[in-house]
Amino acid sequence: MSVRAVRIDAGDNVAVVVADVEAGGRVRLDDESELTATQPVPRGNKVALTAIAPGEPVIRYGEEIGVATAGIAAGDHVHTHNLGGRK
Amino acid sequence: MSDEFTFEGWRRPDGRIGIRNHCLVLATVVCAAGVVREVGRRLPEVIAVEHPHGCGRGGPDIGLQLKTLAGLVQNPNIGGAILVGLGCEPVSVGLLSAVIGETGKPLKGIVIQEAGGSGKTADQVEAMAREMLAELAEMPRSPGTAADLTLALECGGSDTFSGMTANPAVGKAVDRLVAMGGTAILSETTEMIGALDPLLRRAENDEIAAQLKKMVDDQEAVTRKILGDFADRALAPGNVESGLSTIAEKSLGCIAKGGSTPIREVLAYAQRPSKQGLVVMDTPGYDAESMTGMAAAGAQMIAFTTGRGSPAGFPGVPVIKVSSSSEIYERMADDIDVDAGRVLSGMTLDDASEEILSLLLRVARGEKTKAELNRQDVFAIAQTHQAL
Repeated sequence: MSVRAVRIDAGDNVAVVVADVEAGGRVRLDDESELTATQPVPRGNKVALTAIAPGEPVIRYGEEIGVATAGIAAGDHVHTHNLGGRK
Repeated sequence: MSDEFTFEGWRRPDGRIGIRNHCLVLATVVCAAGVVREVGRRLPEVIAVEHPHGCGRGGPDIGLQLKTLAGLVQNPNIGGAILVGLGCEPVSVGLLSAVIGETGKPLKGIVIQEAGGSGKTADQVEAMAREMLAELAEMPRSPGTAADLTLALECGGSDTFSGMTANPAVGKAVDRLVAMGGTAILSETTEMIGALDPLLRRAENDEIAAQLKKMVDDQEAVTRKILGDFADRALAPGNVESGLSTIAEKSLGCIAKGGSTPIREVLAYAQRPSKQGLVVMDTPGYDAESMTGMAAAGAQMIAFTTGRGSPAGFPGVPVIKVSSSSEIYERMADDIDVDAGRVLSGMTLDDASEEILSLLLRVARGEKTKAELNRQDVFAIAQTHQAL
């Protein structure tokens, strides 16, 4: 069983899961591509689709929503612990 | 659809049309709150508005209060109004009446210190209101179309799904309303911080772009002054709990409810639009103050998206509540009119927007929203300075 994640814009490097995902759980995008969550991702939270280095932009809606404040791997949970505003 | 988007409203002498024909009993000052509340208790059919304003502030805020209260009386959904003052306040019945000016609507006033106290005032206001209600009931209806409507846009209690379901669904409904000649007001400047680029791309011309940039930059500076390093997280705890991480992420979701048409005008708080189409008003992100500013500008209805579930309504102006998830809709079915959360389980945004648009029409034709049925009236005027 995989959980749907919504990528709003093709340029986004995060997607939002529509249900809770366990660590090791599969996440499915609407283009049928899949990836494995490295950490639990609660419903409505973001999962990284690619690796994002510290200081690199996190993109949702095709726009920058902030920058990575720690190294993020594909499949990681992305929230306030590793994503902050650009100062 | 534009041929079918017609309703019978009440045409006001200034040309605008109301979708309701309310009798407003309005306190000019906090000290009149008790009388207004008492009249509202005796006559539930009036719109009784009390508030903490009318005194105790300096010039700029008193000016904003006068402009906003006058705008509320001038709102086309208000058929007539009774102003209730105390007698020693800066926002007096006399001054407010002068600011309201000639509207052609029935307007009365009473001053508690002259009328002999709160009990006698309440009795007199009740008698005036009964007479005004009878007068309003005789007022003839006139036909209106989408081009007569000004829809205010609001979100409260955003969650991570708001920008994927409720807001873009409302945005598509706004695009269709604008295509039919209607007007929509996007507000909440705090929720534009971090979303300036996409807004600037939609400005109709360079002047509007410059106004938008100044408005959002100024609000960002204020937010940074208040919150310091936490400004990037100018979020309510419920926003963060739902998965929103930064103010930019929340803002990008919020502006989706403005749809995709050009931004034609930038308005000050409570300023009446002079153009049709999508306009932006400079208001706080705080729901109650933002809705008040847009109602004072003449919006006849409000589309309010909610992620966490808000019961808020507005006095005299129907609020249509759209939820971002089905869970919230089911949990708060008494408060929410449309479930846009179905977009997460396969409904298209187009179908969701069609449902919202058809509800807007039914509400224009008189159907009561959940917030109207619940009498969920909130009212607050934005202020720029602390109380004196």
